[in-house]
Amino acid sequence: MAYTPATLQLLSPAGELVASEETAEYLPLIEALSDEQLREFHRQMVVMRRFDVEASNLQRQGQLALWIPSVGQEGAQVGSGFAAKAQDHIFPAYREHVIARIRGLDLITIIEMLRGISHGGWDPAKTNNFHLYTLVIGSQALHATGYAMGMQFDGTTATGNPDTDEAVIVYFGDGATSQGDVSEALVFAASYQTPQVFFLQNNHWAISVPVTRQSRTPLYLRAAGFGIPSIQIDGNDVLASYAVTAANLDAARSGEGPRFIEALTYRMGAHTTSDDPTKYREPGELEFWTANDPIIRFENYLRAQGADDAFFAEIAQEGEDLAADVRRRTLALEAPPADKVFRNVYSEPHPLVQAQERWLADYEASFEGGQS
Amino acid sequence: MSMAKALNAGLQRAMADNDKVLLMGEDIGRLGGVFRVTEGLQAEFGEKRVLDTPLAESGIIGTAIGLAMRGYRPVCEIQFDGFIFPGFDQITSQLAKLTYRHEGAMTMPVVIRVPYGGHIGAVEHHQESPEAYFAHTPGLRVVSPGSPHDAYWMIQEAIASDDPVLFFEPKSRYWPKGEVDTESAGIPLHSSRVVREGTEVTLVAYGPSVSLALQAADIAATEGTSIEVVDVRSISPLDFEPIVASVQKTGRLVVVQEAPGFVSVGSEIAATITERCFYHLEAPVLRVAGFDTPFPPAKLESVYLPDADRVLEAVDRALAY
Ligand SMILES: Cc1ncc(C[n+]2csc(CCOP(=O)(O)OP(=O)(O)O)c2C)c(N)n1
Ligand SMILES: [Mg+2]
Repeated sequence: MAYTPATLQLLSPAGELVASEETAEYLPLIEALSDEQLREFHRQMVVMRRFDVEASNLQRQGQLALWIPSVGQEGAQVGSGFAAKAQDHIFPAYREHVIARIRGLDLITIIEMLRGISHGGWDPAKTNNFHLYTLVIGSQALHATGYAMGMQFDGTTATGNPDTDEAVIVYFGDGATSQGDVSEALVFAASYQTPQVFFLQNNHWAISVPVTRQSRTPLYLRAAGFGIPSIQIDGNDVLASYAVTAANLDAARSGEGPRFIEALTYRMGAHTTSDDPTKYREPGELEFWTANDPIIRFENYLRAQGADDAFFAEIAQEGEDLAADVRRRTLALEAPPADKVFRNVYSEPHPLVQAQERWLADYEASFEGGQS
Repeated sequence: MSMAKALNAGLQRAMADNDKVLLMGEDIGRLGGVFRVTEGLQAEFGEKRVLDTPLAESGIIGTAIGLAMRGYRPVCEIQFDGFIFPGFDQITSQLAKLTYRHEGAMTMPVVIRVPYGGHIGAVEHHQESPEAYFAHTPGLRVVSPGSPHDAYWMIQEAIASDDPVLFFEPKSRYWPKGEVDTESAGIPLHSSRVVREGTEVTLVAYGPSVSLALQAADIAATEGTSIEVVDVRSISPLDFEPIVASVQKTGRLVVVQEAPGFVSVGSEIAATITERCFYHLEAPVLRVAGFDTPFPPAKLESVYLPDADRVLEAVDRALAY
């Protein structure tokens, strides 16, 4: 259905490694992974799916204003998330909860954002360079490109040391590819030959609009027009996502310029909890993608590698524990203090904002002990 | 020296003082900018400090944001006022809000230089005054020098600010010369100042309209009317104290600007001064502004733009109450 002969897979849908001319350059990256690392991939996918379901439930129960599910996209996110090195900078869109966790962001921070306590508010310097979510579609592509230009100016990339050379990876969706900012980012990236990977999660829908409305050409082919090498991968193949991202980030960090990866995947849930996908999905679509679930495929692979029921039971339990913990902490969240409205509008005190804050304080005080 | 030269000297000094300062824009490197404000700077500091970017305003602002996240202090040039709008989204939805979104963990020291205003007889999109859009946006600072001295200092102060600053350069004032004291700025960036003392009417202006207000005051003086002129300098935040003090003395206020008057900087000044000086006012605050039409074809710019006669007509009306 969605896959084409050009779509790179390292794992067949049945969960077997694909040995071919196309996969040859990537398989050594997989062989270099320990059993423990492979199991960690699976653990993150399973645990984060459970987290995601819990967050949707919390929204349904009135605890969150909105939830943005990532169910179905765990393969693309876990693979590429683990491919980024510690020194790399990650610019997400807003659905990359799995990568957030891999980089060490406390998930309650994302819950706070969607509960209406913050607009994000985390410090990328303390979350292993995982930057804030950006809700205006495509804007972050330019921030990522500017950041990558800064790495070049700093001389912290393309020095020949892959353990310290830096790169940027930026995430965006199929809908975002129609935004001018994404095209401008590709122009700037190509022009300055930035150390940067553009990672497109083509989940086939921009809310209710199919990817065919955004593009009549496979999206990875567009990159060629910008002079950027590109590849289409099966985004539900966690190993392909890992190896191809790692190889392309290494190319970028070594001074070869930007790269573009289109990961074909599918959002198995709603766009957000405000959405009803039954209104627009094609018949048979969900079934196709359910059969291509990234978690099932990788479980088959790990079982063939010797993982036993005990392992799968353990990570299922870990998912339950995480869900329970997130629920408990969500219910304990307090409303932000009123003065947060006025904080950090500017880096220094600002007369207008200060005057309004004082006015509000006086106004509030006028009710206490005043005439009623 | 001229304002264009003063800006060039201010930029040069800021770049020499701090190697995180970068210039970005269209045609600013080899050519030195269409107004030559950045002339010689690429030759002096190199292509990594003075970037001739691709022709995309959103791209310029958006990558400047990424560079600011990385610790740089980008100074972007928008070639002409009317071409800032392709970058409007990155300015208002990203640049202005990123410090707030990060809860202070990151600041956005980005300056956006915008040559603005009329009097140069140019084609459409080259003579506009879009400052109100940005003054309306929380998170941005908006300033506009009216003299070479202020241009020299204010550009350096804008670059030193950790917040985004929209820096509106009155292009009709690029070439006239004025004294520049390179030893001392005199007053802080976000302060208004009385540039001519008087007793009967206060004129408030900024950017290109400061010289117009002074010219009107000169003419009025010959007719026996004493006008005080306040140069606002900073549109956001706006330092009202010198205006309040002046109006308490004169009782009459006329605001002059090239931008359309509806929902404008002049409207804000009128509202605030009415609130703060109600019992001192002898007349309503009047506005002399561009008409609420698109900027017309150049042969009609003298019809559109405020001139000394129109300013003096408003002064007369204020005096007649
Ligand atoms: C500039 C802009 N326009 C519209 C929206 C509303 N909106 C939010 S998500 C979305 C679809 C995005 O689709 P895509 O880029 O494919 O990402 P996905 O949600 O599928 O991950 C739209 C239209 C927005 N956030 N920003
Ligand atoms: Mg999509």
